Amino acid sequence: MAGNREFANRRLHSLLGVIPLGIFVIQHLVVNHYATNGVESFNKAANFMGGLPFRIFLETFIIFLPLAYHAIYGIYIAFTAKNNVGRYSYFRNWMFMLQRLTGIITLIFVAWHLWETRIAAARGSDVNFDMMSNILDNPFMVAFYIIGIVSTTFHFANGLWSFAVTWGLTISPRAQRITTYVTMVIFVALSYVGISAILAFV
Amino acid sequence: MAENKNVRFIITRQDNPDSAPYQVEFVLPYRPNMNVISALMEIRRNPVQANGDKTAPITWDMNCLEEVCGACSMVINGKPRQACTALVDQLEQPIRLEPMRTFPVIRDLQVDRSRMFDSLKKVKAWIPIDGTYDLGPGPRMPERKRQWAYELSKCMTCGVCLEACPNVNSSSDYIGPQPLSQVRLFNAHPTGAMNAPERLNAIMGDGGIASCGMSQNCVQSCPKGIPLTTSIAALNRDTTIQSFRNFFGSDR
Repeated sequence: MAGNREFANRRLHSLLGVIPLGIFVIQHLVVNHYATNGVESFNKAANFMGGLPFRIFLETFIIFLPLAYHAIYGIYIAFTAKNNVGRYSYFRNWMFMLQRLTGIITLIFVAWHLWETRIAAARGSDVNFDMMSNILDNPFMVAFYIIGIVSTTFHFANGLWSFAVTWGLTISPRAQRITTYVTMVIFVALSYVGISAILAFV
Repeated sequence: MAENKNVRFIITRQDNPDSAPYQVEFVLPYRPNMNVISALMEIRRNPVQANGDKTAPITWDMNCLEEVCGACSMVINGKPRQACTALVDQLEQPIRLEPMRTFPVIRDLQVDRSRMFDSLKKVKAWIPIDGTYDLGPGPRMPERKRQWAYELSKCMTCGVCLEACPNVNSSSDYIGPQPLSQVRLFNAHPTGAMNAPERLNAIMGDGGIASCGMSQNCVQSCPKGIPLTTSIAALNRDTTIQSFRNFFGSDR
């Protein structure tokens, strides 16, 4: 792989964003959606996820390591771009800028969210409905969580579009246009799942 | 009334590669059908600024004057394009001219586009046919392929796609869309295809195809309408396969 480290790094970055991180985002939002069925239902689901065997290995290899790589390399990618949507206000250029912006917002959100939940849990807090409803007691945090979730689902959905181009799945303008529609439907659907779960805690 | 009509130009000038740019205004008498080049020639004939000060003529590059050489590319009213086909009648006034700052500015509107020619060497954008004896005629190209390959061959190395690309900048070593599309052109050629893996490996190096961020400004900006993003996406597929070949090994 000598001589083409950037190629391998970028492809790995693209792959990890979908597998496992994208899959994890879907799973996480769907499990959280149990909150809309009430306290009992959410606590049962959270206990099931929290009690999975080999949880620490699952977390490390499916979430933390890929997330750390995707985040650190993503910051590098975001800051090597010189955005120019003012001069070239084309749709894809906006998406290019938003992909980088939502990446940074998502990183801040995820870091905060990890601190409040996973790291709090490691320090002895219980992960349950009350934990989330305490966090979301504050309207500022509700807004922060909604922005964070919408930013994450956008970054994932639009990232799926660029995943398809990066790996050479969508080549023709027509294929890329159809993928734009499909990924935007995914964005709206996942945002609905995520926001309805958040509102259930409020 | 026509004799009273004027054209205003605001031109970003720069005296040498390291000096600071500054703006100068010129007012020229309107003539029918004038383009940016003829206006620059008019200024050269009578280099007097709008405020009456005499100045040195503007420096710019030009050659063919029919949008096939790419030399006279500059940023006109905020968009990079060729000065020869920028008709004054179709431009909003004042007409603002700037050099394409993605490239090193030599003087005024003249830039050094040699990075693109260096990129063509880097990606081996040619077809090696030299031998010690006559190799005979090469394989034929299917007409269907020739038609789209011809579109790619219209590239005049003008630099507009690099200027429009947000990922071609001083903090990145991305070579830009122009040499990538040429790789697709030469890989599509039946004789050129014999060296396709060499070109693919070249664009898999640092600053190569992986640096494309898919803003797709290039395809929107290309004056020749070259399907640059289709080329890049097709090369993404080819380099995916090439990377598997490199990693797992194959029959070649």
